[in-house]
Amino acid sequence: MTVSLRGQAWVGDAVLFAPVDLVLETGGWTCLLGPSGVGKSTILRLIAGLETGVRFQGQVSHDLPVALMAQDAGLIPWLDVPGNVTLGARLRGDAVDLDRARDLIALVGLADRADSLPANLSGGQRQRVALARTLFEDRPLVLLDEPFSALDARTRAQMQDLAARLLAGRTVLLVTHDPPEAARLGDRILLLRETGLTEWNAPAARIPGTARPYDAPEVLALQAELMRGMMA
Amino acid sequence: MKTVLALILTVLVLWQGMIWALGLPPFLLPSPQSVAQALWLNRAEIARHAGYTLTEVVLGFVIGSALGAALAVAMGFSARLTSLLRPLLTFSQTIPVFALAPILTLWLGFDMAPKIAMTVLIVFFPVCSAFLDGLGRTPQAALDLAQVMGASRGRIMRHLRIPAALPQLATGLRLAAVYAPIGAVIGEWVGGARGLGALMIHANGRMKTDLVFAALLVLSVLTVIFARSVALAVARIWRRYGV
Repeated sequence: MTVSLRGQAWVGDAVLFAPVDLVLETGGWTCLLGPSGVGKSTILRLIAGLETGVRFQGQVSHDLPVALMAQDAGLIPWLDVPGNVTLGARLRGDAVDLDRARDLIALVGLADRADSLPANLSGGQRQRVALARTLFEDRPLVLLDEPFSALDARTRAQMQDLAARLLAGRTVLLVTHDPPEAARLGDRILLLRETGLTEWNAPAARIPGTARPYDAPEVLALQAELMRGMMA
Repeated sequence: MKTVLALILTVLVLWQGMIWALGLPPFLLPSPQSVAQALWLNRAEIARHAGYTLTEVVLGFVIGSALGAALAVAMGFSARLTSLLRPLLTFSQTIPVFALAPILTLWLGFDMAPKIAMTVLIVFFPVCSAFLDGLGRTPQAALDLAQVMGASRGRIMRHLRIPAALPQLATGLRLAAVYAPIGAVIGEWVGGARGLGALMIHANGRMKTDLVFAALLVLSVLTVIFARSVALAVARIWRRYGV
């Protein structure tokens, strides 16, 4: 039960990323950190089996069902919160378990906004719905593509705490361009740069189900170190 | 409402003023009063023809919209079908529908069929083209999710693409509703003795210009009411989707 991606990608004739060898350990958070435009999202989309528009030579192998959560929450504007959370069941033609959806909506703290349409929710609330939808899918492998990038600093930190708690036990690949986020959440941190993929020194172990404190000295130090790595 | 009344009044004044100023004979430009008179005196006949035309418009609109929407969905499923049919659809619009009316009458006879076919032809394109446009505009984030969730193409169409395209479909339907009566009337001009178009041609031939104007007036009012009803019905259905 491993997830791996080996290979190289081009956009037209230009190299998007040099040969990478990415293996995800099951049951932890792997952060793929890097600046924009180096192919982080492409790697995630390749693992998800989605269209990328790039030429990829190599292979992706995993046999885990996947759930996806991205920067664009991808909420359906005409569905209320439970409708969005149970979208997957409806799209597969499965029976819709509304009770389970309601429990998950309460878990992400939106019990009192369940009747709302996405247009009436804040950015943070929309990502909470997306998180509940991801949990409803109940997949062992969760792919997070910059899900908190568009949020303000406080909301982002709250969402990081919530995601760390609710996604505990699953294999998570978090694509991010934000060193503080990687420093808080990564069990492993992989730095993707134009030169290739580097595994960063493993940070201190995290208490399961929590994000590291955003103001702890070692987290701030790691964040600075990662920033230096990105600038190198 | 006030502005509409003011506008109507202005048109009536200009109309009557032109007749007085230019001394136009009634067979060229009848006065508002004689048109009103013709409308009243021939009310039963006009109503009968109007009912006939309205039936053609409604049937043609329903059939044309259904065919247009169905083809849009089929094309939405298949990029190959779209690349095959798109140029054909555009080409079909270069043929003036007026030129087709006599042929349709030749093929389908003098009854309602050719008029309905004419309306279908006019309604089909705006509905199909607007809906197809909408079907191609589902946000990529939603489509990505659906794929990862393991949705079939049919369910993606039903639960995501079609509902997301409803605003564009509504635009197409509203546009088609305005054009639909034109199709029916062109059909009536060419063949048959029933419908407002036939009444107009007939009255025109006998120099009964006031009756032509009266029929035209009824046709316009009918079109406005029909288009308005379609717009309201569409808005009502869509509101359930919160679009």
